[in-house]
Amino acid sequence: MRYLAGFLRFWYDFLVGDSWEVCVGVVIVLACGAASAHWQIVGGRAIGPLVGLGLVIVVLISFLTAARGGGRH
Amino acid sequence: MLDPGTVGLVSAVFVASAVECVEASTIVLAMGMTRGWKSTVVGSVLALLALAVMVAVAGVSLRNAISQSLLQLIIGTLLVIFGLQWLRKAILRASGWKAKHDEESVFRQEQEEARKAGHLMRGGLDWFAFVVSFKGVFLEGLEVVFIVITFGLSASLKNPQSMSIAAAGAAAALMVVLIVAVIAHRPLSAVPENWLKMAVGLLLCTFGTFWACEGLGYFSGGAESLEWPGGDWALLGVLASWILVSYLCVNMLRRLHAARVAAEVADGGQR
Repeated sequence: MRYLAGFLRFWYDFLVGDSWEVCVGVVIVLACGAASAHWQIVGGRAIGPLVGLGLVIVVLISFLTAARGGGRH
Repeated sequence: MLDPGTVGLVSAVFVASAVECVEASTIVLAMGMTRGWKSTVVGSVLALLALAVMVAVAGVSLRNAISQSLLQLIIGTLLVIFGLQWLRKAILRASGWKAKHDEESVFRQEQEEARKAGHLMRGGLDWFAFVVSFKGVFLEGLEVVFIVITFGLSASLKNPQSMSIAAAGAAAALMVVLIVAVIAHRPLSAVPENWLKMAVGLLLCTFGTFWACEGLGYFSGGAESLEWPGGDWALLGVLASWILVSYLCVNMLRRLHAARVAAEVADGGQR
């Protein structure tokens, strides 16, 4: 059990690190992109630029969070 | 051969590998110079072998296991998350919100711990030097393995040689850092590590965004990869966009940091 916890902890630190909002934000943006592709809400070629824009917003939110926390994140 | 994908692949893997090799070399040098070279070298070489086996096994098995668009989506998502972590830290360091990585300080700390540790011998090796070197090289190398596998796999959908090219890029960086470290015989603190990390973060975010969006085609009717406007050349547009966003973020965060420092100084003056 201790090894499993250590293994999961390692992968959490490796991928999520000290800014969980980036990880969650990326997943939400890509989920929106997947929904858009599935139900053809926008054209296929427009999905890339729109998802890219979503990712930029995620980065900005994470920086504002870090700045508010005094850069501790 | 020199399409934008291949150039980006080699550049990203080489720079990422160089950054991690610099960090690993600091640990290895500290162990070797304090505890002796035999156990340090054995630990480092075994770690490198373990990493090479991981690349070979994971690379081949993942490539044969899942469809093209799903592979692009999974790898792209991991690269975006991983790349944004690198980019975010590099931008916070460049704008003064986070302390920069100091190889000299890490070196002194590792040497101090190496002097204090006991002398347990196992299999003819100084166990402390062996374990610390193995862990240092393995953990720093794991990030390189991750980048080699993800980049190599995704690019191999268009160029079957990509996994070998990615591995060669990582090996070349290892050789360069090794030669420089042996000649310098001290931690490579003069390397502009933060700018290299920012460059890697930019490349990881660029390829991650590109592949993840192509992979979203898995959810469309035919499960075919989506097309970007301009095909592969869109990579340059995505890279330019991430560079612009990073530049604006560094400037914005520098101003916020300066304002914060000024406010703290004013607060201190009033008291």
